Amino acid sequence: MDAFLLQVLNGLDKGGAYALIALGLTLVFGTLGVVNFAHGALFMLGAFCAVTLQSLLTLERVTLDPEKLTAWGTPMEIRTPYIVEWFGDFGMTLIDWSVPLAILLAVPIMLLLGVVMERGLIRHFYKRLHADQILVTFGLAIVVQEIVKAQFGANPIPQPAPALFAGSADIGLWLGFAENAVVYPWWRIIYLLFAGVVITSVFAFLQFTTFGMVVRAGMADRETVGLLGIDIDRRFTIVFGMAAVVAGLAGVMYTPVLSPDYHMGMDFLVLSFVVVVVGGMGSLGGAVAAGFLLGILQSFASMNEVKSLLPGIDQVVIYLIAVVVLLVRPRGLFGRKGVMES
Amino acid sequence: MIKFNVKNKDHMLLLGFIGVVALAPIIMAPIGGGYPDLLQKFAIFGIFAIGFNILFGLTGYLSFGHAAFLGIGSYTAVWTFKLLTMNVIPALILSTLLAGVFALLIGFIVLRRSGIYFSILTLAFAQMSYNLAYSVLTPITNGETGLQLRHHDARVLDGLFGVTRGEGLPSTSLFGMSMSGWSGYYFCGVMLIIMFYISLRIFRSPFGMMLRAVKSNQNRMSYTGLNTRPYTLAAFVISGMYAGLAGGLMAITDPLAGAERMQWTASGEVVLMTILGGTGTLLGPVIGAGVIKYFENIFSSFNEGILMEAFSFLPEFLQHAMVTVAGLFVGEGWHLTLGALFMVIVIFLPGGLMEGIARIGNVFRRWRKPKPVAPTEAEAAASE
Repeated sequence: MDAFLLQVLNGLDKGGAYALIALGLTLVFGTLGVVNFAHGALFMLGAFCAVTLQSLLTLERVTLDPEKLTAWGTPMEIRTPYIVEWFGDFGMTLIDWSVPLAILLAVPIMLLLGVVMERGLIRHFYKRLHADQILVTFGLAIVVQEIVKAQFGANPIPQPAPALFAGSADIGLWLGFAENAVVYPWWRIIYLLFAGVVITSVFAFLQFTTFGMVVRAGMADRETVGLLGIDIDRRFTIVFGMAAVVAGLAGVMYTPVLSPDYHMGMDFLVLSFVVVVVGGMGSLGGAVAAGFLLGILQSFASMNEVKSLLPGIDQVVIYLIAVVVLLVRPRGLFGRKGVMES
Repeated sequence: MIKFNVKNKDHMLLLGFIGVVALAPIIMAPIGGGYPDLLQKFAIFGIFAIGFNILFGLTGYLSFGHAAFLGIGSYTAVWTFKLLTMNVIPALILSTLLAGVFALLIGFIVLRRSGIYFSILTLAFAQMSYNLAYSVLTPITNGETGLQLRHHDARVLDGLFGVTRGEGLPSTSLFGMSMSGWSGYYFCGVMLIIMFYISLRIFRSPFGMMLRAVKSNQNRMSYTGLNTRPYTLAAFVISGMYAGLAGGLMAITDPLAGAERMQWTASGEVVLMTILGGTGTLLGPVIGAGVIKYFENIFSSFNEGILMEAFSFLPEFLQHAMVTVAGLFVGEGWHLTLGALFMVIVIFLPGGLMEGIARIGNVFRRWRKPKPVAPTEAEAAASE
């Protein structure tokens, strides 16, 4: 039972990332009808917002120590970040909290990027074939990825979580299992809560605001909403920006779990597309549910007991499920009728 | 009358194609491409792209997992070298056939869906093969190191026919003719010509017409009582076999097979080649493959020194700025160029280079003959 719980928890944090990316993909697909292969790149850019903030905060002044010498006989260097020099302990705290602080940086940047991307590129592809949409966004994803690689290098850049959340929580103890039976890092709990908050707020926004109502109406019948005198294109552009923000935030908060590198976006994109398809194209709830579901299944498949029974299953389980779902229930688990069935 | 013309034109096209393949070393020499390694790549990726075009160009099914068949072809060829013989013929036959079998199995499943679902399903299968090749199938694929020839491999057939084992690693051969250098290129070139001819025949056949009909309106095809699945499946298997053959040829020119050939970026590359050249055209994919492999070769070899020289006519501060900007796109950054090219082609020239050539040709014709073209077409129809 405790092993079971542990796998569920392990799956949830990956599932959280899948769910957030898939949510954005579905939003874009449901509103604009565009298949966005560059969505993974947005996730990656979010992660690199955190990297940028950290490297900005840790810009250092290098001075030479007049007394101490290194083993080579040269004077010892003293490195002090400017921010510590200016603010003292508060500066240290800022550096420590650079990942959560990066959210503040990521929201405006991702919103801007999303809107620019939609207005500059995606807008011209509403009426084109899905194949063309896939191809152009695929090209964009490569371009973004290569620019990031040129700027930040090819190696993963570790981003530590704030010291407050560095350890692990002994969840098993709370639920009456033995000590150290179910240990789960604090940061992943934070990530899960964060994913929950973001998902809930997106749903609340769509469900309970006038803006959201218009967007939902536009998803159902774009032309009629346009005929009623509503500038639906502008609303949809903002939705695209929102999807970009969701992907970016997922990326920022995921950095302590997985050190960001330039191809993380593509790795997650392929899986997120599978998630969207399993959940049902165009169904927001389906995307979220399938994200968590597949995350958990993947974590179960990587248990040693399962692996010894079916070698290699951890590598392919998500794709296998996608194949089975598409063949048995082509619309996906929660797919609506008439979406993408032409 | 018309039929005769089309056929005549095709023969001319084929003759021209053979001529270009035969004379490629001379043609490519002035622009620095006249050596066998590069030309081999043109031919191999040309075959790969022609095959992909039979699926994507004719039926409109966008597969994002064709590199898997390429990888299967490569692995099969290397295993044939290890177990049977260093002769290339069995390797090519087996790699084509095995890729075809896999294409049949995978195609049977993925072709149940179309559009974006098809793309994602093929992607899923390709990723599965890639992941498996790296993990569980290591005994077959030799994991990250890649599958290599060894001196003590069995090579049963070679043993039967009394081929003596030399010192060091054996090299691939066609009945004693070595497959390195120019003979290697011409072998790939002959393969390319054969494959081009087959694709030409498919394009002109009733089968090809059926595939085009699937692309333009699959529903209407079903309403007329036709089951389209066998046709699309046949196209999928044929293009999978092309990919397998290309993979086999790759192993012939360099007997080493690695899983990275199956990664989905490799699938993306063949999509780009086809689109760049012109989807659904006969020559387009070959041209696209050639252009991309040529520029890959040129661009990746550039470094800062060469760039500095190239921009030396500019004032110094401009020179440095230009070198920094251009430096992003060459050498390691070749993929950036590739991605940007991808976008530019899809946005501005969806028909690829062939469409570009056709447009230029139209302008030229209009300029030479100011009369509108329409009456001549009407005349042609009347005479028929």
